[in-house]
Amino acid sequence: MQLALFLIFAVLCVLGALNLLLQRSPINSALSLVVVMLSLAVIYWTLGAEFLAAAQVIVYSGAIMVLFTFVIMLLNAGEEVKTRGSKVAYIVGVPAVLCVAALLSYTFLHERAALGYANLGGRLNDGASNMAELSKVLFTDLLLPFEVTSILILVAILGAVVLARKDN
Amino acid sequence: MHLSNFQIFLLLTVLKIVVVLLVTLTAVAYTVLLERKVIGLIQNRWGPSRTGPFGLLQPLADGIKLFLKEDLMPLAVERPLFVIAPMIALSCALVSIAVVPFGNVFTYRGVSLFEISDINIGLLVILGITSIGVYGIALSGWSSNNKYSLLGSLRASAQVISYELALGLSLVGVVLRAGSLRLRDIVNSQAHHGALSWNILPQFFGFFIYLMAAYAETNRAPFDLPEAESELVAGYHTEYSSMKFAMFFMAEYANMITVACVATLMFFGGASSPLGHLLPETFGGRFLTAVFPILWFVVKIFAFIFLYIWVRSTLPRFRYDQLMSFGWKWLLPLAMVNILITSLVLAFHG
Repeated sequence: MQLALFLIFAVLCVLGALNLLLQRSPINSALSLVVVMLSLAVIYWTLGAEFLAAAQVIVYSGAIMVLFTFVIMLLNAGEEVKTRGSKVAYIVGVPAVLCVAALLSYTFLHERAALGYANLGGRLNDGASNMAELSKVLFTDLLLPFEVTSILILVAILGAVVLARKDN
Repeated sequence: MHLSNFQIFLLLTVLKIVVVLLVTLTAVAYTVLLERKVIGLIQNRWGPSRTGPFGLLQPLADGIKLFLKEDLMPLAVERPLFVIAPMIALSCALVSIAVVPFGNVFTYRGVSLFEISDINIGLLVILGITSIGVYGIALSGWSSNNKYSLLGSLRASAQVISYELALGLSLVGVVLRAGSLRLRDIVNSQAHHGALSWNILPQFFGFFIYLMAAYAETNRAPFDLPEAESELVAGYHTEYSSMKFAMFFMAEYANMITVACVATLMFFGGASSPLGHLLPETFGGRFLTAVFPILWFVVKIFAFIFLYIWVRSTLPRFRYDQLMSFGWKWLLPLAMVNILITSLVLAFHG
């Protein structure tokens, strides 16, 4: 059952990502990104990370991507013109991506005992809610990074206010 | 024939989904009739009264009419998105009802009968699906290629994003008191002394914020700016006709029902009886103990929908800047103060 869910949504995720790159109108690309995020949320869910799945849906697909589409609609962004792309991207970019992918997969496969991994579709926590554990870690061990992140967001909000304010 | 537990689970789940869908869609149809009737009576007229006794067959007639009307497809629309948008709106409105517990726990071979699924983070699931529903409205306005539609959907997106914050924060107080995001736990946390232990008493401000934000989230009066007919023709669904229009219409009323369900679960004890233990546990035998909670639930939902209609027929529409400043300058700070006070009380008292 979980294997089936994984296969369906992994395929959907990859297709969405490809569509994101290949579409020429920005709104279709943004919507493909929403599909990618929703399928990722389902994959998180099958791995037992329910809170992460819900946060992914609410924050990314429900808020951030809505703002993206909002901006695209407001600016009425037209279709992109397809270019051949720069030569550097082909000569350096493609091998670099392959190298990074190879390095990451080597590390994951080699060090998987140390990293801790889930069997495909295996649930990490026997169906129990991991929210309490998550909040404990967030408010004890990771308190400093957590608070620093909120200050970072506050700075971003202030920046937006400064940029949006009219000069007078 | 002997069925395995998994087959029973599968069959019962499909059956529950079909029953809940049928009941919800019927409720949607009759909410429309109720609205027309109640507004009619408030405005001193009859409302629909010709089709069937008391106009009771009016939803059926409306349904047939919408189904048979010509499905217009304007030439300038963005075709795929134009077709998908009402489907997104309706399916998001209907899916979120899947985690609502309608009655007490009543299992048959390990399958709970009065809820489609019981999820640890049920509340977050409802909030998440509701937040996806914005895409239906946003895309319909953009793909219609019509300035009134676009303005309506821009208003709707901005309004929903703004009020989603207040809506989410207003529920945090209840979650803190229950210590869980599971809807069943939240209902159980208010079931000890009947109506006295409902969250509406200690969380009155939370309820007020939730109610305001819910009106805005469902684009209903007095916050129905996305479809303000005196300014925007019909808002985001100006270009839609026939069944596509009906889908938006059904989505709006289904959203009303979902919002009423959440309000009932969070603040009014869900399916628990307001009488508490005044009635004996086994009152009226096995059948009545199973049915009574559902009856309470339906009565509470009905009260909320009636309130919705009452508000719509009484209050004028807000202006757009009033809507925004009310959401950001009043509701959001109030919700934060509510969370602060609730957590302080729980820290020193709980």
